[in-house]
Amino acid sequence: MKLITAIVKPYRLDEVKTALQELGVHGLTVTEASGYGRQRGHTEVYRGAEYQVDLVPKVRIEVVVEDADSETVMDAIVKAARTGKIGDGKVWSVPVETVVRVRTGERGPDAL
Amino acid sequence: MTPVTLAAAQIDTGDTAWLLAATALVLLMTPGLALFYGGMVRTKSVLNMLMMSFVSIALVTVVWLAAGYSLAFGPDAGGGLIGTLEHAGMAGLGPDSVQGTVPTLLFATFQLTFAIITAALISGAIADRAKFGAWLVFVPLWALLVYVPVAHWVWGPDGWILSSLGALDFAGGLPVEITSGASGLALCLVLGPRLGFKKDAMRPHNLPMVMLGAGLLWFGWFGFNAGSALGANGLAAAAFLNTLTAGCTGLLGWLFVEQKRDGHPTTLGAASGAVAGLVAITPSCGSVSLLGALVVGLAAGVVCSYAVGWKFRLNYDDSLDVVGVHLVGGVIGTLLIGVFAVESMTGGPEGLLYGGGLAQLGKQLVAVLAVGAYAFLMSYGIAKLLDRTLGFRADEEHEHTGLDLTVHAETAYDHGVLGHGAPVGASSVSSAQKVKPQA
Repeated sequence: MKLITAIVKPYRLDEVKTALQELGVHGLTVTEASGYGRQRGHTEVYRGAEYQVDLVPKVRIEVVVEDADSETVMDAIVKAARTGKIGDGKVWSVPVETVVRVRTGERGPDAL
Repeated sequence: MTPVTLAAAQIDTGDTAWLLAATALVLLMTPGLALFYGGMVRTKSVLNMLMMSFVSIALVTVVWLAAGYSLAFGPDAGGGLIGTLEHAGMAGLGPDSVQGTVPTLLFATFQLTFAIITAALISGAIADRAKFGAWLVFVPLWALLVYVPVAHWVWGPDGWILSSLGALDFAGGLPVEITSGASGLALCLVLGPRLGFKKDAMRPHNLPMVMLGAGLLWFGWFGFNAGSALGANGLAAAAFLNTLTAGCTGLLGWLFVEQKRDGHPTTLGAASGAVAGLVAITPSCGSVSLLGALVVGLAAGVVCSYAVGWKFRLNYDDSLDVVGVHLVGGVIGTLLIGVFAVESMTGGPEGLLYGGGLAQLGKQLVAVLAVGAYAFLMSYGIAKLLDRTLGFRADEEHEHTGLDLTVHAETAYDHGVLGHGAPVGASSVSSAQKVKPQA
């Protein structure tokens, strides 16, 4: 199994969710996040005084999938999240040793 | 605002009704100011900011009734400098006392609400870092030693600025705006800049709160300015319209500068511009033409939008721009009376534009310099004295943690916000358990 993590622009969240639902992904976790990459931050101006705000708001989407689905799911997220402008985010995957469904105790891919 | 006491003075019910309402309007400005200021500070000291305004209501009221009213508006003690203590403790004044066409007790209360907001205005210059105990001592001392004399000079019986000099100030450019601005400058110099001034981002934590405060201020300002006619009459109506007009052009002027200079029109700019316009029209609303009001507001909006940047260049942390908005706006409005005063409003003096020459402008300038210097020097002295004795600056740790938690044992919001320095774990279960169990 693989844990796929995507950091994307908040306003692309709905598109990513829809794309994953179409692929039959049953669940995901979304967290509000902030950070910066090449986009860096932005500038805010209060009474003429400029403040550099380093951290940009993003959403972090996490989903665990079977190894065979991982490429398709990542491609779907990238396609749905892309605007072509700086700050579109990143998607990565890491191997997952095991997963347990808390309610039933099922383990491995059955728990997904 | 010349108080006239006549033996045969009669209460006018219309005038009295309007002044009752106007007094309540002006009092509402201080809670409005608390919100205006409170939204501009960070989450960790917003309650302290609100408290500095609210305690001013209580403190100034007590000293005003005890001695302030009598010293400001009692019979002149000589030279037009200060009143006597004849009415200390409101002695000799009752429901039958009449001032002009309104009850004296109402006139005294109306004037009290001006003293309250002037004290509260100063707090913006020393946001986030003043010792609360020292503020509680400063406000009554300042009210008696700074506000009261200046109010007597400008509006008291035989006060030298109006009676001898002949400078005009309808609703308080001198006693309120210039006095609060010059005093704010003195205090922020005595206390020094906030920790992290010019280094850390000190963003306003709640701009909707600032907008609400600005709206309440604008609403109350109609009581402030139109109420200063001390009657329900045409002059009140003219002052009312001038007040609306200058607030509008102040807002537009500030936003215009922002769009050109910074690239964006901001909500804080709109609120600040409206307030700057209202500040400037305060002295002039009862003496300038409608064209004058348009220019006064516009000039204040444009000039003040630059003046708020001076503190970064000159290194004084006037945190919420009491100098940039109230001192500068007050000076603009008081001086422009010398340009735009019309006879139909003043009943005599005319400004430069209406054929009055430079005479009125000169008188206005003398009044501005005298009041500005007096307020600055006296406030500096009082603040320095308190700093040497009680200490006026909060402990560094308290300031860093935030005065809400360290002084008031409260925090304004349940959740901290990243980057605003809200104390982590401020509301723990163990502190909740200390609450006394119910019987």
